[in-house]
Amino acid sequence: MSLAHDARLAVGRATEAQRAARTWPEINNPAAWAVAAILVIMPLIASSFFLIEIFATTLILGTMALSLMFLAGYGGMVSLMQLTIAGFSAYMVAVFGVSGNANISLGWPWWLAVPMALALATAFGTLGGALAVRTEGIYTIMITLAIGAAFYYFTNQNWAIFNGHTGINNVATPRFWGVNWRADIPFYYIVLAVAAFCYFAVQYVVRAPFGLALQGVRDNPRRMAALGFNVNAHRIAAYAFASFIAALAGVLQVWNYRQISPGSVSVGACIDVLIIAVVGGITRPIGPFIGALTFVLLRTFALDFLVRLGLDGNRFRLLIGLGFLAIVFWSSDGVIGLWQRWRQHQRREVSRSGRGRGHG
Amino acid sequence: MDSVAQRLSAVGAGAALELRGVTRLFGALAALTDVTITVRPGERRAVLGSNGAGKTTLFNCITGDFPPSSGTIRFFGEDVTHFPPYERIRRGLRRTYQISALFPGLTVQDNVYLACRGVSRGRFSFLRPGQNDALMHAADNLVQAVHLSAVKDQRVAELAHGQQRQLEIALALAGAPRFVLFDEPAAGLSPTERAELIEILTSLPAHIGYIIIEHDMDVALRVVESVTMMHNGRVFKEGLPEEIQSDPEVQELYLGGGHE
Repeated sequence: MSLAHDARLAVGRATEAQRAARTWPEINNPAAWAVAAILVIMPLIASSFFLIEIFATTLILGTMALSLMFLAGYGGMVSLMQLTIAGFSAYMVAVFGVSGNANISLGWPWWLAVPMALALATAFGTLGGALAVRTEGIYTIMITLAIGAAFYYFTNQNWAIFNGHTGINNVATPRFWGVNWRADIPFYYIVLAVAAFCYFAVQYVVRAPFGLALQGVRDNPRRMAALGFNVNAHRIAAYAFASFIAALAGVLQVWNYRQISPGSVSVGACIDVLIIAVVGGITRPIGPFIGALTFVLLRTFALDFLVRLGLDGNRFRLLIGLGFLAIVFWSSDGVIGLWQRWRQHQRREVSRSGRGRGHG
Repeated sequence: MDSVAQRLSAVGAGAALELRGVTRLFGALAALTDVTITVRPGERRAVLGSNGAGKTTLFNCITGDFPPSSGTIRFFGEDVTHFPPYERIRRGLRRTYQISALFPGLTVQDNVYLACRGVSRGRFSFLRPGQNDALMHAADNLVQAVHLSAVKDQRVAELAHGQQRQLEIALALAGAPRFVLFDEPAAGLSPTERAELIEILTSLPAHIGYIIIEHDMDVALRVVESVTMMHNGRVFKEGLPEEIQSDPEVQELYLGGGHE
């Protein structure tokens, strides 16, 4: 075989690899591979408490915050109703599926109840979005917060479907192929698969025409209209996509706790999702997961830490609040912003010292 | 030789752009008053006038950025007065902005790709463009046409002013434009860049007409065949470039600093 032919092959492979790297930036990132490997073998190294209470919970909250990150980071729309959509989806799983409240639940099998819940929650989020896109900035926040608050009070007072403040308990979880999918290890893998799916879906879509156009709408809606785009239709479609992600997370959440009550869709919980996204960073889809891990670790362990300091353990929110303040003051793009700046600094140091040696 | 006004009156329904009695109010202020303009397909026209003459408002009414308060706008015979901007763009109307209106967070290539995508199908596509994507090639060609190939993977925020102005033009030429509105494309350009701009404008295919707002008479009168002079939101004079240039009233307006 001729040398020229080999060279051509090599070039072909190189461009193939370059294209793959552009499509999936994670491919060339050893840290991403390490994180993926650790997540996959997690059941071997983590106790079931860590597996579910820390990591599965982080992935579920992270996925909810990812839906907010998609809207805020790529669409410039801060929606506080993403948790509400997840909660609505969770309620629908309980209402259409099997639960301890037989007078409310319709008793559908999970494979019917879940698509129904996803469809209804996506429709709910899309309708909310259609209201919200008529406004911008702070008014979007206000409208979506109002939708969240209205849903919270509605669930509290409606007994026919939402069972008032007691909520719906003993929600059935899927069992098939002889596996109890709510057992710790299978459930962890379901959560991991859904979170990974949503993460890569966002990564993919933001480079597809729809995602590019959404970023165009974020940067300059008027110009987008002057390029032939229906700006509001694009924004509503973004709400639909984000709502589907939130709805998926809602299904996982109701399976995780096996119950859903108004406390899970409170206004405070809506704002927690915003805090998670902002602390992690809303410029990249990994941010919400970092934020969620920070939030879950603080929520779980700050209690012991505070008690040891002689403070009331229930004040873990104080730590989260202080952390939030610090992030907003010093790194408006969250933890990943801090990380990126640190990396750039390191690189500059290395190149500087390298040049120094060269001249010496 | 016929005057332009006479030629235009004969055109009638065949016009590319036909404005009849267009008025635009901002509160009590009339930015445009009873503007009637007809432009033939392929015609290239300059709109001149001092600041506040209503030139940019005229563009905003034509594209639908602001709808007119009264009057009708026809684009190739179709009444588009009440169409949203994107519907007009999809019919072949294009515009550039006086202050560059680009997407600073995206690359040059992505900016042009969006412009190509906006006037074709698949605006909501969730599938990434493949290697042989026709629109990607169209975007490549446009990037090349405005001499930006060297920086096509750079974010727009990092470009020099002149390059941003060139990109501004590229966005307006995506797809199959039938008529383009250029809002001061030469603003802030160096003499070399101005020469490049003139070259781009004069080498546009003959069927693409345009209106250009330009203060620099040297640029404006080299790339147009007719001139509309505006003053205080009204059409003040229409004619050939030479007629307008030698018109004593126009000279009075321009040399007198825009006062009557």
